[in-house]
Amino acid sequence: MTSIGTGYDLSNSVFSPDGRNFQVEYAVKAVENGGTAIGIRCKDGVVLAVEKIITSKLLKPGSNKRIATVDRHVGIVSAGLVPDGRHFVSRARDEASSWRGTYKAPIPTSALANRLGGYVQAYTLYSSVRPFGVTSIVGGWDCEAELAVDGQVGSGPKSGSGGKVEGAPAGGPGLYMIEPSGLYWGYYGAATGKGRQAAKAELEKLDLTSGKLSLSEGVKEAARIIYVAHEDSKDKEFELEMSWISSLDGPTNGRHEEVPKEIREEAERFAKRALEGEDEEEQMEE
Amino acid sequence: MDHFPGTWGRPRNDVYGAYDPTYLQTTGPKTHTSSPAVTGTSVIGVKFNGGVVLATDNLASYGSLARFTDVKRLRVFGDNAVVGFGGDVSDMQYIDRLLESIDIRENYSTHGNMLNAKNLHTYLAKVFYKRRSEFNPLWNHVLVAGFDVDGKPFLSSADLLGTTFSAPHLATGFGAHLAVPILRRRFPEEMPIEEITREEAVSALKDCLKVLFYRDARSIDKYSIAVITKEGIDLKEDEQIEGQSWAFAERIRGYGRQTN
Repeated sequence: MTSIGTGYDLSNSVFSPDGRNFQVEYAVKAVENGGTAIGIRCKDGVVLAVEKIITSKLLKPGSNKRIATVDRHVGIVSAGLVPDGRHFVSRARDEASSWRGTYKAPIPTSALANRLGGYVQAYTLYSSVRPFGVTSIVGGWDCEAELAVDGQVGSGPKSGSGGKVEGAPAGGPGLYMIEPSGLYWGYYGAATGKGRQAAKAELEKLDLTSGKLSLSEGVKEAARIIYVAHEDSKDKEFELEMSWISSLDGPTNGRHEEVPKEIREEAERFAKRALEGEDEEEQMEE
Repeated sequence: MDHFPGTWGRPRNDVYGAYDPTYLQTTGPKTHTSSPAVTGTSVIGVKFNGGVVLATDNLASYGSLARFTDVKRLRVFGDNAVVGFGGDVSDMQYIDRLLESIDIRENYSTHGNMLNAKNLHTYLAKVFYKRRSEFNPLWNHVLVAGFDVDGKPFLSSADLLGTTFSAPHLATGFGAHLAVPILRRRFPEEMPIEEITREEAVSALKDCLKVLFYRDARSIDKYSIAVITKEGIDLKEDEQIEGQSWAFAERIRGYGRQTN
């Protein structure tokens, strides 16, 4: 960082002469130290997973969850400063609730990502605030079936005019990642935090673009990728936290829920076996 | 020909007399929130061994007009609580959305929605009381059914004033006059609810619905019924009152062949 000391990194919202905003770049550094978080967009659902580094043996196992639920159908996991992530989730919940207030329906994942992107970007504009120290992964399932309006009591007229197109495809999985700059893209597989490079390499091997990976396979892969990404910081203890959102006919019925203990443990066994297998292959090559 | 468009379409002064402008109130309190517009009639409920049954018909009336005939007045909250709504339908929709938002908030925590029917009833009664104290009541009378903290069947009512009342069987609206006596005869006070089976409770409510359809002019023969047990909620929303007999009506003046 040759530009340190030039003075352009001291205040938020100030550009350097070569067009960079240093405060935002420093926020990205905060993210790069956080536990790895990933999201996988499968054909029938979305998986979120995070490597939760255990900072003290005095913490209760399984407590201090890092993946949060927004509305019923969206989950958010972030890497970076935990309190910033909490505030981010709180804002997401407010946005989802205000969307319901206006439209009497759940917020589409894309719309939520858009509003959150706008919110995070606003924190790069003013000298009185600092940018978010988190990169967040937003995963959701938009209902594929005809959804009743909130508070609907009847089904309306059975005859007469109507502008509804029957059989039009609707809903499906959504996965977005929002960076401290406010930049967000939709992803097939997203990774952030300390082990993101290794995680991205593994995600790219999965052929997610063809839309063939099922949710149950996605859960196993997510666990494996978190274990792979943890290899570089092996000295630290960690807990794997995973959540999922399935299609309406899947295991969570379109809701965002924690992956049940048995399924998570099965995925962890699969992850450990896969890692051991890799080690053996390396030894064989040697 | 009247050449003044401003007077067209108005009652003629020479026929009806001049219009009395005192009918046009421009001051005074807002009153349209203090009376219901589109209403649902009775809600009835019975506790039985291991659960509660709740039933309403599917009608929303606009005054005496049977305006909406497929209205779902039993609303599910969480895993095992149901609210049956009588009274104003738009206020019901407001409360339904309110409860929906509470359910969403409860699910943010890892253990999910832990609120039971008793918590829900306490909350609703307080909402009703607050609103009536603001002279802006939610015009409903509800029955809340489910379980209490100890897992025992729970059935209680709350009304637009915030009044609460609890009994092994309850009914709102017209049902309070017509269904409660039937239920009391079927399930006397000294009979513990452990002796009432699910089938007995359901059949008693069906009989009550039939009597209500016979005698309550704001009712319809399509109904919803919810059976709440530990296993979950069995909600049927498109039922039909079976075995009607209108023979008795022949003797009612103003109904059959009799005209005076």
